[in-house]
Formats: sequence, C-alpha cells, structure tokens
Amino acid sequence: MKSHDISEVLAILDEEFDETLKAWFHTQKQEGVRRPDLFSDAESERQLAELLRAFAHGAATADLNRPVDLEHESWADLRATLHDVTRMRLERGVSPTEMATMVLAMKQPLYERLRIRLADDPDRLIAQITQLSRAVDAFAMHINEDFIAERDQIIERQRTEMMELSTPVVQLWERVLTIPLIGTLDSVRAQEVMENLLNSIVTNRAEVVIVDITGVKVVDTQVAQHLLRTAAAVRLMGAEAIISGISPKIAQTMVELGVDVGEITTRPSIRAALSDAFRSVGFEIRPVEARRD
Amino acid sequence: MTEAASVYMVDDVLLVAIRDNISDTDIIGLQEELSERIVSEQARGIVIDIAALEIVDTFVGRILAQLSSIARLLGAETYTVGMRPAVAMTLVELGMELSASRTALSLSHALRELKAEGLA
Repeated sequence: MKSHDISEVLAILDEEFDETLKAWFHTQKQEGVRRPDLFSDAESERQLAELLRAFAHGAATADLNRPVDLEHESWADLRATLHDVTRMRLERGVSPTEMATMVLAMKQPLYERLRIRLADDPDRLIAQITQLSRAVDAFAMHINEDFIAERDQIIERQRTEMMELSTPVVQLWERVLTIPLIGTLDSVRAQEVMENLLNSIVTNRAEVVIVDITGVKVVDTQVAQHLLRTAAAVRLMGAEAIISGISPKIAQTMVELGVDVGEITTRPSIRAALSDAFRSVGFEIRPVEARRD
Repeated sequence: MTEAASVYMVDDVLLVAIRDNISDTDIIGLQEELSERIVSEQARGIVIDIAALEIVDTFVGRILAQLSSIARLLGAETYTVGMRPAVAMTLVELGMELSASRTALSLSHALRELKAEGLA
C-alpha cells in the first residue's frame, strides 16, 4: 500500500494548486508547445487549469494499487476534459506529440515540489515520483487514443457524406426518377442505393425508376445480383424499374455469366429508358409540327 | 372478422387494410376469410394495403404471396400496395418477391389499374 502512495502529490495539488499550474504553464511554454499562434495565454491557462483540477480529482479517487486505467470511472472528469481540449486542439492543428509534451510538462513542477517537501525522506520521494509518473504517463498516452478516436470520427463522417453524394436520386419528370450509378457497386453501396431509391419513391410518388449503370465500370455476378434485387424491391413498392446503360460489352458479360434479368426492362441508354418511362406515365414526346406558310 | 385487418367490398374489389400488429393466427384467419369472400361475393380484384406494416417476417411474407396465388386460382387479381421501403428491402433480402401479386404505390393506383382492365 505504502509503495502506491501519492499522498504528498495530492497535498501539493491541494495546497499549491495555483503555483503548480503557473509552473506547468511556464514549463510547457519552455518546451515550445504553447502554440501562441493558435491559443491565447488565457485560453491555454484555462485549459491547463481544468486538466490539472480533473487530474487531481482522478488521482485522489483512483486506486493506484491497480493498473492506471483512464477508462475507470474515477478518471471520468479527466477523460471528459481531455476530450474537449483534444478536440479543440486537433481542430486548430495541434499534433499528438505537442499534446503529449504539454501534459508531460506537468511532471517537472510536481517533481520540483516533491523534492522540496520530501528532502529528508528519499525513499518516499522516489516512491511518490514513481507513482506520479505512472499516472501522468497514462494520462499522456490516453491523448493518442483520443486523437485517433477523433480522427476516426472525421473519417467516418466524410465516408457517409461521400456515400450520400455518390448516390443521388434525380427526378426527371413527374413520377419518373433516375439514379445514375458511377464507379463500383459493392454491397454497402448497393444497400445505400436501394435505401435512397425506395425512400425517394415514397416522397416523389414515383411510378417509374431508371437505374442507369452507364458509369459502372464492372458488372460481375455480384453487381448484377444487387441490380436485380434493387429492381425487385422497386417492384414490391409498386413502381417499375428500368435498368439503362447496358453496353454491348456488359450485355455479353451478363449472358456469359448466366444472369437472368427475368421480367425487368433493360435498355442500352438512358434515352431509350426515358422514352419508355414517359409512355408508362402517360406522356409522349413528339416533334413540334413544322409551321406551314 | 379478426381485428388485425379490415375488409371492404367496393365495386367487385375486396379492399383489405392490414394493421401493424397482425399475429400469425390472425393472418391465417384472414387468408381463409378472403378465400371464402372472393367466391361468395364474386370479387374480380383484391387490394391488400400493407402501409401499416413496419416489419414482415418470412411467415407473413409467405402468406402474402399465398394470398395472391389463391386469388388467382379463384379468378381474382391481387394488388399489394403501400409497401414501406424497409419492408421491401426485407422481403427482397428473404428472397420473397411476391411474384404472383401485382404491386402499386397506393390504393388509388391499384383501383385505377383494375378499372382500366375492367375488373372494377
């Protein structure tokens, strides 16, 4: 128990909080990670104060006999504060190394004070320093996880946005929709396409849907299955699906692969499909009659 | 009649509105009732509105498919209407494409088509 004791550190944080904070601020400034270009002194100091307060709270409640685990609830405050600070710093372009250095800079002022307080008791001094080190290291390492989690979120968000952008449903005419597919059609995207399309059928009360695959590079059995399923779902909704943009090459491949499109209408071009669609919803396109003089 | 569906007869067409929480027993009861009524009321068309159904399982899917086949044997065309996107996706996922049934966006679409064929 005694070897995992940080009572003196806690006493420092309690009695000399402001001084420690000042010293921490000063140290990280010396380490060159204050980033005055991104943060004002006041803001930096406010962030450090919050972190130090949360750290003191965590250190006071955590059981240091066990591995220092920042996921534990005694560190919840610190985790939340750290998360906010990390997010703000990441947004402004601070690197993980700078963040970690900033946190590790907390050690020096605390060591300094421990050394003064425990000058007569070297054994205890070393024990306290060791334990403090463990906690601060865990704190600093947690930053990386926060950084990665934050980055992952950004990537995930961009992926979703890209996905939505890549499956636009366009209304061509009253009750006629088209979805131009471009690139590759994997399962995830096929699902996205189907969802978008079916929901658009409801909102637009569409009767005919043209799935255009002019821009799809490769049609293999899997892609063909996705297309047929989409067409089947469209039919279940009560609308008609036309697959357009079947090039001669794709037609040959599909037959070679033994893909049976059943009763689904397929057309070589969106132009041919559109004329079918118009007929289905009761319109026709004809040339304006030449005026006779 | 079961409480899970309402059935009305309008112009030789049986209109069926299925409620959301239909149970397996109810839907079997519905199948029997419809088979009887197609014959006794000489219906030429059936429109099954499933807009209220938020989920379907294989059982309900199968009964829906069966209903259309039974109706066809008895000389009536079935339209399944108002299917929600999520339900359509599930049915396709389950490989149930209700090929014996015709489909339409809504009740009025189905009635219009039945009228065009002289069945209503």
